[in-house]
Amino acid sequence: MKFSYFPGCTEHSTSVEYGLSTHAVFKTLGVELVEIEDWNCCGAAATHSINHLLSLCLPARNISKAQLAQAGPLVVPCAGCFNMLKRAQHALKSDQGKRKEIEDIVGFTYQPSFEILALMDVMLHRIGIERVEEKIKKPLKGLKPACYYGCALVRHPKITQLDDPENPQSLDRLMKALGAEPVEWSYKTDCCGADLALTHGDIVKKLVGKIVSMAKEAGAQCLVTSCGLCQANLEMRQEIGLPIFYFTELMGVAFDAEDREKWWSKHMISPKGLLKELELA
Amino acid sequence: MTELARVDASFLGEAQKRSGQNLNLCYQCLKCTAGCPTAPYMDIRPNNIIRMIQMGMKKEVLESSAIWLCVSCETCGTRCPNEIDIGVLMDALREMAIEEKIPAKEKNIHLLHEAFVQSIKRGGRVHEATMLIDYKLRSKDFMTDLIPGMMLFLKGKIPLLPTFIKGKDEVKRIFESCRKEK
Repeated sequence: MKFSYFPGCTEHSTSVEYGLSTHAVFKTLGVELVEIEDWNCCGAAATHSINHLLSLCLPARNISKAQLAQAGPLVVPCAGCFNMLKRAQHALKSDQGKRKEIEDIVGFTYQPSFEILALMDVMLHRIGIERVEEKIKKPLKGLKPACYYGCALVRHPKITQLDDPENPQSLDRLMKALGAEPVEWSYKTDCCGADLALTHGDIVKKLVGKIVSMAKEAGAQCLVTSCGLCQANLEMRQEIGLPIFYFTELMGVAFDAEDREKWWSKHMISPKGLLKELELA
Repeated sequence: MTELARVDASFLGEAQKRSGQNLNLCYQCLKCTAGCPTAPYMDIRPNNIIRMIQMGMKKEVLESSAIWLCVSCETCGTRCPNEIDIGVLMDALREMAIEEKIPAKEKNIHLLHEAFVQSIKRGGRVHEATMLIDYKLRSKDFMTDLIPGMMLFLKGKIPLLPTFIKGKDEVKRIFESCRKEK
C-alpha cells in the first residue's frame, strides 16, 4: 500500500514532531508515503483572505504534481493544508469555468477521480482500525484525551467531506482503538483563533483558554489534534498546562515507536510527566 | 439626502457575484453571529454585514474591522439554514476592499497576510523567520509576541535558512497570472 504525500511547510518548522511521528507510524504500519516532488506552499488562510484565484492555483500546482506521480491518493497531515487542497479540488470539480481558468494558469489537466485525503481518514478508512490494532504494543490504558478537531478538518463539510461538523467521531474512534478513553465534551470543533495569534494574541488567548479549560472540566488529561496551528496555539496560549499531542504521537506511543524523546523535546508543555505517570513513557 | 448618497445600489449584486452567495435568502436568524468566535470583537456582526450589503452600505462594510477579524473557521456557513457561506463572502469583501484601496481597519491582519503571501512568492514555500521579520517591518510592531517567537526559535522550530523550490519561477508565473491590478 502506498500514498502520495504532501508534508506542508510546517513539517520542517513549527510542527516538526507531527512529521517525525507520522513517518514513524507509517513505517510501523508498512505503508509507503511518496512525497510530491518539488511541492509548494498550499497558500494557507493568508492567500484566500486576499486573493481567491491564487488560493486555488497554488494548491492546484500540488494536485498536478501528485497526479503525475501516480503514487495513489494524496494524503495530507496538516488540517490547514488539507482544507486548502480540498477547496481547490472543490472548485475544479464543481465549476467548469473556474476549472478552465485554473488549468490554464497552472498548466495541467485535472483528473476528477484524483483523491485528496486527510491523514486521519487514511488511518481509519484506508489502512483500517484492524491493521492499526495489530501493531499496538502498549495500549494507552488510563489516558483520557479530549479529541480536538478544530475547524479545517470538518468545515465546510461540503468541501472537506470528512466527518460530522458539530460532533465528529473519527479521532475518538482512533483513540479508543489505541486503548485510550476519550472524554465527551462540547468544544471539539470550536475555533482556536488561528493566525490571529500573531496580530491579536489577546483574542486567541481567550478562545484557547475556553477550549482548554472545558477539556479539563470534562476530565481530560491532555488534548489531541491534527493541526499544526491549533497545536501551537493550544500549547502556547493556555495557562493550565495540559499537554497537546498530535494524534500520530499517541499512535507512536501505542506502537512503542523509537526516538520519541525527539518529539517530546519539541513541545512547549512536556507530556513526559503524564506519560510516566501512566507508565507509557 | 446625505444618507441616500451613501447607498450604493450595485453593491449587493457585486458582493453576490463575487462570492457566489445568494444574500437575499438571509432572514436574520443570527445563527452565524451566535457561533462566530470573533464576532464579540467585530464592529459589525456577521448578520448585520449581510443586512448592510442588502441596503447598499458599501463604504461601512468595506471599512469595517469585521471583514478582517473573520478567520474563515466556517462555523457560520456550516450552520446557516439558507446555506449562505459567510466565510466565502468575507473573503470576497476583503478582496473588494483591497481593490478599492480602502485601508484595512485591522491593518496588521492585512499586513501579516501580505507578508505571508510574499514569502510564498519568494521561494515557493513559507519561511517563518523571514516572513515574520517582513511582517514586523511592515507593521512596525516589534514587541508583540517576542516571547512565543523566541520559544519557538529555541525549540528549533523556526529554521534560519529559507527553502527555495526548483519550480519557484513556475510559482512566480502563477502569481503573475493571478495578479489583481490589471
